[in-house]
Amino acid sequence: MKNVLIKTTINGKQVELDVRPNMTLLDFLRDEMGLTGTKRGCEVGECGACTVLLNGQAVNSCLILVPQIDGQEILTVEGLAQGEKLHPLQESFLDHDAVHCGFCTPGMLISAKALLDHTPDPSEEETRVAISGNLCRCSGYQQIVDAIRETKHVGES
Amino acid sequence: MHQQIPHESAALHVTGEALYIDDLSSSPSLLVGRVVSSPHAHARIASYDLTKAMKAPGVVAVLCAKDIPGHNQMGPVVKDEPCLASGEVSFVGQAVFLIAAKTDAQCRAAEKLIDVSYEPLHPILTIDEAVASNNLLGPARTMQRGDADTALRSVAHVIKGELRTGAAEHWYLESQASLSVPGEGDEMAVYCGSQHPSETQTLVAEVLGVRKKDVVVEVRRIGGAFGGKETQGNHVACWSALLAHATGCPVKVRLFRDDDMIMTGKRHRFLTRYEAGFDNEGILQAVKIELNSDAGAATDLSFAIMERAMFHCDNAYFVPHMHVVARVWKTNLPSNTAFRGFGGPQGMAAMESIIDRVARFLHKDTSEIRHKNFYGLNSNNTTHYGQTVEENRLPRLFDELMESSEYYSRRVTVQAYNAANEFTKKGLALTPVKFGISFTTTFLNQAGALVSIYNDGTVLVNHGGIEMGQGLHTKMQQIAAAELGISIDRVRVNATNTSKVPNTSATAASSGTDMNGAAVKNAIETLKLRIAECVAGMFNEKNPSLKTSKDDIRFESDVIFDSKHSERKIDFAEAMAQMVLRQVSLSSTGYFRTPGIGWDREKGVGTPFRYFAFGMAVSEVLVDTLTGATTLLRTDILHDAGDSINPAIDIGQIEGGYVQGVGWCTTEEIKWDDAGNLMTHSPDTYKIPTARDIPADFRVKLLENATNPNAIHGSKTVAEPPLMLGLSTWLAIKDAVSAVANHQIEPEFSLPATNEVILLSIDNLRGQMKARASKQVSA
Ligand code: FES
Ligand code: FES
Repeated sequence: MKNVLIKTTINGKQVELDVRPNMTLLDFLRDEMGLTGTKRGCEVGECGACTVLLNGQAVNSCLILVPQIDGQEILTVEGLAQGEKLHPLQESFLDHDAVHCGFCTPGMLISAKALLDHTPDPSEEETRVAISGNLCRCSGYQQIVDAIRETKHVGES
Repeated sequence: MHQQIPHESAALHVTGEALYIDDLSSSPSLLVGRVVSSPHAHARIASYDLTKAMKAPGVVAVLCAKDIPGHNQMGPVVKDEPCLASGEVSFVGQAVFLIAAKTDAQCRAAEKLIDVSYEPLHPILTIDEAVASNNLLGPARTMQRGDADTALRSVAHVIKGELRTGAAEHWYLESQASLSVPGEGDEMAVYCGSQHPSETQTLVAEVLGVRKKDVVVEVRRIGGAFGGKETQGNHVACWSALLAHATGCPVKVRLFRDDDMIMTGKRHRFLTRYEAGFDNEGILQAVKIELNSDAGAATDLSFAIMERAMFHCDNAYFVPHMHVVARVWKTNLPSNTAFRGFGGPQGMAAMESIIDRVARFLHKDTSEIRHKNFYGLNSNNTTHYGQTVEENRLPRLFDELMESSEYYSRRVTVQAYNAANEFTKKGLALTPVKFGISFTTTFLNQAGALVSIYNDGTVLVNHGGIEMGQGLHTKMQQIAAAELGISIDRVRVNATNTSKVPNTSATAASSGTDMNGAAVKNAIETLKLRIAECVAGMFNEKNPSLKTSKDDIRFESDVIFDSKHSERKIDFAEAMAQMVLRQVSLSSTGYFRTPGIGWDREKGVGTPFRYFAFGMAVSEVLVDTLTGATTLLRTDILHDAGDSINPAIDIGQIEGGYVQGVGWCTTEEIKWDDAGNLMTHSPDTYKIPTARDIPADFRVKLLENATNPNAIHGSKTVAEPPLMLGLSTWLAIKDAVSAVANHQIEPEFSLPATNEVILLSIDNLRGQMKARASKQVSA
C-alpha cells in the first residue's frame, strides 16, 4: 500500500505526515503523533473513548481513516487546556468528581465540548443524549452530566 | 479528612496525561504480542506447525506450551489453568500460541500461517448439561442453622421456585494489557493492569522459571477492573513476560475488545432453587436454598465466590431455619471470575425473589414484608452462619428512605396509573443490601505500606492497593496528609509496585481502603514517633527548662509543635531537613491485619466479616407491555458509608455501582451458541447502560451520623455493595409486569429482565389469565 501525504491541523498545530492510507485517525493520533490522551476502548465505534473533534464535530476517531482528515482540523483532549489554564469543562470535571478510572474522561470531555459549543446551557436530557455514545463503566454518569451542565461559561468566574 | 478533594490523578485525567499500559512508550525495540486462541469449546490439539508463521515478515517469536521455561500452570487457588493450552483446549478463546512481531498487522498475518488441527470433543455448555453429566468442580458444600426440613412441614405456607441469573461482562473501559520489559539476568519488569500484583509476580516467576526477587510488577492505575482483573490480568501479564523472555525485547500485549470479551471470564451464572416457609404475617420461618454456579473451565475463584453467595443468600433477613447447599459446576466456557459483589448478588437475588413472592402470595406490599423480616437490633440478629449483625442500620435506612422517597404516596400513584393504563405499567420496589466486609479466606486480610518522607517535607506513600477508579489512592493521600498534619499537595501516592510492598493481597473484597489505610497509618505512626522524639530534643536543646516530651508533640497545619507550649514549633519541611541532619530515618513500613475475624469453614460457622455495609434503594420503572421496553423513572438510594472519608468519591461509587447493577439486572445479556462461541462479544451486541439508561430522577444520599467503629477514621467501604441495589430496579420491573395480572398471579421471571424476558413473562401471565377466565366461565 502506498503512503499518502496528509496535511492537517491538530490542536492548532500544522502537521504534515506521510502515512498508510488505511490507518485510522485513532492510531494516527496515538502512534504517529504520540497523543495518547485519546483512548482505544473498542475500536469499532461503540464506546466513545476515542472521541475527537473534526472541524468542531465530535467523531469516533477509530472510524475515521487518515485521508479523511486531509486539510481538516482536529482537536483532541490535549488541546483543551490553554497552556497551564484548564478549560472550564476540565475544571468542572475536577469540581464534580466526574473522574473515576479516567479512561472515558478524554472522550467525555470532547463530546461535552461539542455539546456546549452549540448549546451553552443544555438541559439534563440534552446532556445525557450528547454523551450517550460515550460509555463509562465507573461513574453511573450523573456526576459527569452535572459537571457538564454546571460548567462555567468562558469568561464567567 | 472527611471532605471532598478531587481524585488524586484527576488533573492528569482531564488533560489526557494520565498514562495507562497502552500509553507507555518503551524502547524502539518494543514488540507487539498477540494471543492465538482456540476456536473450539472442547477439542484435542491433533497437530500444529509453527514454522511458516515464524518465517513471516516482522515476526520475532512464535511460542507454544512447550516453549514455556517454567511451569505451564496458573490459577490463583488450584493450578488448573494452563498458561498456553497443551494437548487439549477447554473453551473457545483459550490461549494456545503467542506471537511477537514488530506490528499488530504482522502478528495477524502470521496467525494465518499457523497450521493447527483440532479433533473436536463434546463440550458441556450449560449448568443443566453439567448437572446431567455430574461434572462437579468440587464437593458440594452446605451451611445451615436449625432444621429447615422439619420447620417446612409445620409452617402455614410454603412456596417453591427456581431462579436463573445471568453472566455479565466486566466491560472495564481499558481492556486487558501488559507490557513486559526484560532486564539484566533474570530480571523482568511487568507493567500491567492487575488487581493483585503480588499474585501476578508469583505467576510470572513460575511460568518463566525464575524466582520472585527477579520479577517486579507495577500497576500505576487501571482503567476499570470490577473484579475482572483480580485473577484474569495474570494471563496477559504472563503472556507478555513469556514473549519478552523469548525475544529479549519489551513486549506489549493488549487485548482487542472483542478478544477480551471472548477470552476472559464473566460473572458466574447461577441456577438457584428455593423452598420457603412463612406464617400468615409473611414472616419467614424456614428457607432451603440450592445454589448452582457455572464455573467455566477452571477453578479460578469459583469456590470463594460461591462461599460469598452462601453467606449472602439471607441478604438482610433473619431466617430461623436455614439450609443452603451449593454446587460449583464445570463447563467448557472461559473460567468465570470475580465481579463486583463476588457471588453476593446472585445469593441476594434468590432471597429477594423469595420475599417478593411471599408479599404477592399474601397480597401485601413488598416493602412491608421486607421490613418485617429484617434482622433485629437486639434480637433475631444472628446470621445463618452465626455472626451477629452489629451496628445494624437496616431499620434506620428503611425509615429514612421510605420517607424521603415518598414510598407510600407513590405506591398509591403507581396503582392508580396501572388501573388507568392498559399498555404501560409502572412498578415500584425497595430493596436492602447487607454486605459482609473482609476476605472470607482469613489470611488474606492483611496489608502493607511503605512511607518515605523527604528532606523537603514531601511524602511518598507506597501501599499494596490498586487504584482502579475507586479513589483508593486519593483516600490514602488524605489519610497520610491528615496523620502527618500536612497539606494534601505534599503527599504523592506511588504506583503500586511489588518491590516496594511485598506479599500483598488483591485489591478486592471491598477492603482496599480499610486495610491499606490502616497500614499507611501504621507506617506514619512509626515515623511520627521518631520525629517527635527528635523534635522534642531540639526544643529542649534551646531551653531545657521547659522539658517538652515526645508525647506533647503535635502535627498540624504543616507545623510540628509542643501542645503545652505552642510557641515551641517548627515548620514541617524545616523539621524534615533537620531529621536528616540529625540522622533520623524517614522511611518506615506499615502493616495491618484485620482483627477479630475468623470462622470454621468445615462447620460453616463463625465471624467471617469485620463488619457489614448497608444500603437501600427504591426504584420506580415504566414498562411498555407491547415492546418490553423499560424506563427508569426514579431511584432513591440511601447508603451507609460511615463517616465518609471523601463523600463525593463515595457518592460516585454508589451511583456507578448501582448503574452496573442495573445493567446486570436489565440489558446485559451474555449468550453463547451451541458450539460455545460467545455471541455477545462486542459492544454492538452487549449493552451496558449508557447515560440515557440511568434513572430520569436519580437521588443518592449518604446516611448521616453513622460512624463505623470498625474501620479507619470511622469510615465504611463503599466498593461492591451498591451494585446489589440494582436489584430494586429488577423487582420494580417485576412489580410492573405483575400489574398486568393485577398482582394475582406470580410472574415467571429471570435475571436479566431483558425486553424478551419481560414480554415472555407478560405473555405467560395473559395466558394464565385467559385460562382462569375460561375456567370460571365453564364452572
Ligand atoms: S474506540 Fe472508538 S468508539 Fe470505542
Ligand atoms: S471513569 Fe472509568 S470508565 Fe468512566
